[in-house]
Amino acid sequence: MQTVKMVITGPFSSGKTQFIQSISEIDVVRTDERITGDAEQIEKESTTVAMDFGRITVDDDLVLYLFGTPGQRRFDFMWEILAEGMLGFVVMVDSTKPETFREAKSILETFRAYAPTPYVVAANKQDLTDAWNVDDLRIALRIEEGVKLLPCIANDKESVKDVLLELLYSILEEMEANS
Amino acid sequence: MPLKGNLRDFTTTQLLNLINLAGKTGTLSIFEGIRTGEKDAIGQEKMKAGSVRALVSFKVGKLIAATLDNQDGNLVSVLNKAGKLTDEQARIIRERAKNTSDKALALLLINANYVTQKDIVSSIQQHIEDVVYSLLDWQEGPFQFDDGQLPGNDRILVPIDLENLIIRWSRDTHEIDRLKAQIPNLDMGLKFPENPREKFKGIHLSVEEWRVVSFVNPQNTIKQIAKANNMSDIEIRRIVYGLEQAGLVELVKPPSKEAAVGGPGKPAIPRKPQVERGVVDRLIDRIRQL
Repeated sequence: MQTVKMVITGPFSSGKTQFIQSISEIDVVRTDERITGDAEQIEKESTTVAMDFGRITVDDDLVLYLFGTPGQRRFDFMWEILAEGMLGFVVMVDSTKPETFREAKSILETFRAYAPTPYVVAANKQDLTDAWNVDDLRIALRIEEGVKLLPCIANDKESVKDVLLELLYSILEEMEANS
Repeated sequence: MPLKGNLRDFTTTQLLNLINLAGKTGTLSIFEGIRTGEKDAIGQEKMKAGSVRALVSFKVGKLIAATLDNQDGNLVSVLNKAGKLTDEQARIIRERAKNTSDKALALLLINANYVTQKDIVSSIQQHIEDVVYSLLDWQEGPFQFDDGQLPGNDRILVPIDLENLIIRWSRDTHEIDRLKAQIPNLDMGLKFPENPREKFKGIHLSVEEWRVVSFVNPQNTIKQIAKANNMSDIEIRRIVYGLEQAGLVELVKPPSKEAAVGGPGKPAIPRKPQVERGVVDRLIDRIRQL
């Protein structure tokens, strides 16, 4: 049995857990704890401590695991462990919360440094009226032209599929470029 | 969807640059912030928009108008402030041309030989620059950019490049803490943005700034550039900050430093997975079927 993994990362409350839940064939294994910080309390009742874990079985010989990183910096010691051997990663950004953009960029740079694997940026919550559009986000986050920045709605399975497929296409493109 | 946020999450220069780079047309409103007592996603106190403090308008990314709420930005006041009209002349014109638009008034003043067209353009340009220059120091306040919303047809709009304004402002900035926060790591390299020729067109740099520009190369760290130019940490930070904020250079990690980003004492770069192309093809097929 071969297993491959992708990492879903991003700031606190950017939609990582929802993203995995929308596509995983199993109930996401969540390692959440009750939130204690004031700011975090407002956003949601619990948050991911070590990681979320979802699975997509391809066939008898191949399984894809999706790992969601904890968004809070105090758990960033886990990031590098999760990044080990990843096929690629998705950086989730909450398009309605400009106060988190700086953190999203910092997480992106950190993961880029962990491993030179392909990645895409998912501009989540594009269905909300306050969402920044992807063109503005690209400039605000200083995402290079060659990097895919994709509109996303993490609770919409089709949207999640699109993001994962785009990441896989990027992985293929890199394989072709290196062959 | 309007572009909304708070200046404390961006610098004002970053916001103006975004509008400039995106080639947007519309008006940026900056508001008085009213604290709500609630916390945002990163624990800062949320602010709702109060009264308007400033309005800055753009046409295809270029500055064309700017006003502060406490300033009378009409043509007579602008010309008076620029010394093109005396206080007495301004008072009389205000009385006699109460309901005249700026454009109509400009024609009247030119025809009456009070001022030239050049006087009007340069005075308005200076006024816009002064307004924007003052708000570059603002550190917080809700903002909103409304696409397509422009000042009325009666106003005289003068297009201005942002880059020179930002460079001029960065030369005057003496906030060492801000410089350190924006350029924390002098081991970073510098590279030019895409279309550097376009970006540098019409830019007025000082000799020191050109000296730094001549060393821009991702292989050179900021520290090395400072050493080569005999500049202190603060001097190089100020110059790099200005160039970066104006969108003339970008910060990059030098290739040799890639592994060091995780911090000292971190393990080596994790292994990349060894997968065949067929594995990726199977993943794609499976996800398409879901």
